[in-house]
Amino acid sequence: MPGFPLRLTIALAALVPLLMLASLMVGAAGLSPVDALVALWSGEGPASIIARDIRLPRTLLAASIGATLGLSGAALQGLLRNPLAEPALFGAPQAAAAASSFVIAFGFLSATSTVVPLAGIAGALVSIGGLVAIAGRRASLTVILLAGLALASFAGAATALILNLAPNPFIALEVAFWLLGSLEDRSVDHLVISAPFLVASWIVLMLNARAFRALTLGEDAAASLGVDLFRTRLLVVVGVALGVGAAVAVAGSIGFVGLVAPHLVRRYADSDPAHVMLPAALAGAALLLAADISVRIIPAAIELKVGVVTALIGVPFFLAMIFSERRMLEGSPS
Amino acid sequence: MTAIVTAENLSVVIGHAKVVDAATFRLARGTFTALVGPNGAGKTTLMRALAGLIPAEGTVTIEGRTLASMPGRERARTLAYLPQGAVFHWPLRVDALVALGRYPHGDALSSPTPDDRRAVEAALTATATAQFAARPVTTLSGGERARVALARALATQAPVLLADEPTVSLDARHQLVVMQLLQKAARNGAAVLTVVHDLTLAARFADRVLMMRGGRVVAEGDTASVLQPEWIAEVFGVEPAMLALDGVQLPLPRRPL
Repeated sequence: MPGFPLRLTIALAALVPLLMLASLMVGAAGLSPVDALVALWSGEGPASIIARDIRLPRTLLAASIGATLGLSGAALQGLLRNPLAEPALFGAPQAAAAASSFVIAFGFLSATSTVVPLAGIAGALVSIGGLVAIAGRRASLTVILLAGLALASFAGAATALILNLAPNPFIALEVAFWLLGSLEDRSVDHLVISAPFLVASWIVLMLNARAFRALTLGEDAAASLGVDLFRTRLLVVVGVALGVGAAVAVAGSIGFVGLVAPHLVRRYADSDPAHVMLPAALAGAALLLAADISVRIIPAAIELKVGVVTALIGVPFFLAMIFSERRMLEGSPS
Repeated sequence: MTAIVTAENLSVVIGHAKVVDAATFRLARGTFTALVGPNGAGKTTLMRALAGLIPAEGTVTIEGRTLASMPGRERARTLAYLPQGAVFHWPLRVDALVALGRYPHGDALSSPTPDDRRAVEAALTATATAQFAARPVTTLSGGERARVALARALATQAPVLLADEPTVSLDARHQLVVMQLLQKAARNGAAVLTVVHDLTLAARFADRVLMMRGGRVVAEGDTASVLQPEWIAEVFGVEPAMLALDGVQLPLPRRPL
């Protein structure tokens, strides 16, 4: 098969562990690379508590959530044959955010409680169920997108209502901060709760990679090649909802990674929607790790939220890329 | 004539309209059949129903088996479908696009077999697209893209090839090239059904003609017997002039009736 970006994939696969190591080193108490690895291995002393209990869950969550966002973006862009598609399209992350906000605001729970991600995942699942029920068996993509848009708007309104009705301003602030997206103080429990959903979404989405390539020819041609359009749409909606729903439930809203990660790697994969997926997942992991490291390096009275940083560093990067490709984009017919 | 595809009372209802109405016809191996008819006759709908893309009443039998009983992948290996307009949503490399014709022959875990590679190379060679196999499809001209789209359909090596207006928006040379390629696919043993608006092209290249109007197949037979001035006047509402070229009678629309 021509065009798999092997060198890029290997480079990204090497970059992700390096960033994970850096993520173990960086924080209030800095560790050298050797100290970080020793602390991780030995399980003794304060350095080990920092590396194992505080930074390792955070690091693994950053990598796996980043990968999920990158993969979801690549899958949706493949399904919709549109480079602007992103994981929030079907409303699952908004539903997860609304459900999690609800338990933070009215369950009197801390934003880092493990009930929060469970509620978020339940919210995402309810939204998929609603979407599938609305769309039905023979729904066109337009109907699914419109239904997703309606659900997303509804969930957004619900979140606003929760902020509006929050019992006191401190709780409203806690919800608002949580919504900005952060991996601070996440524990092994968060990892354990979210991992099955994230891994399930990776499998479901990767299984459709070939169908995305066939969809390059349009829906009719893809269907004539044996692609089951209904099944593919359903699996992508479910896969994205599981993965991104769980990601939002654990870390709050982290924008931009799902949109930008596939773009970063697309041209190296000859724009092949199937070949974009693995590198996009790795690029997503690297992006979120880098963002989560930078929030700990940037000196600030309050730790910056990683969701804010992904957008802040993502947008200039994205603009630079659009600028460099502008001539090519202008030259190609729509 | 040994029929490979037999359609009996094929009907398609969209909304409340019967877009295809009890179409009955046969397609034979090694035969290039042109599907002609005015706009709105139901040609594209008939093609999509044949390709199994939309639900239809009636029966379509392919090699003795009903279309409805075939699993998707098997149907896709038996029946290659080339939709209208060479659509490519991403700037993929030409060889990767042509390799999509092998999609129904593999699955998520299999890698291309020697058969797949041979079929792709044969399709690239036949359509003279091998020279830009490694180029992104977006850098090609409309005529070149049409050839790539056709190469993708040929790469499936299906016994039945359905092409919906493959010559539309092509220059004079590419219209001839594409028709020759489809004719050659038929000579190599496929049953080829092609929607053609240009009756002159249909008369020059097709062995048989299916003529549709208002969802019904109104004429079916040898090209010369169907493309008669009376039929053309009746179905298309034009007065044709018949010109002789290389011993073939070519209808040329002269004025609307």
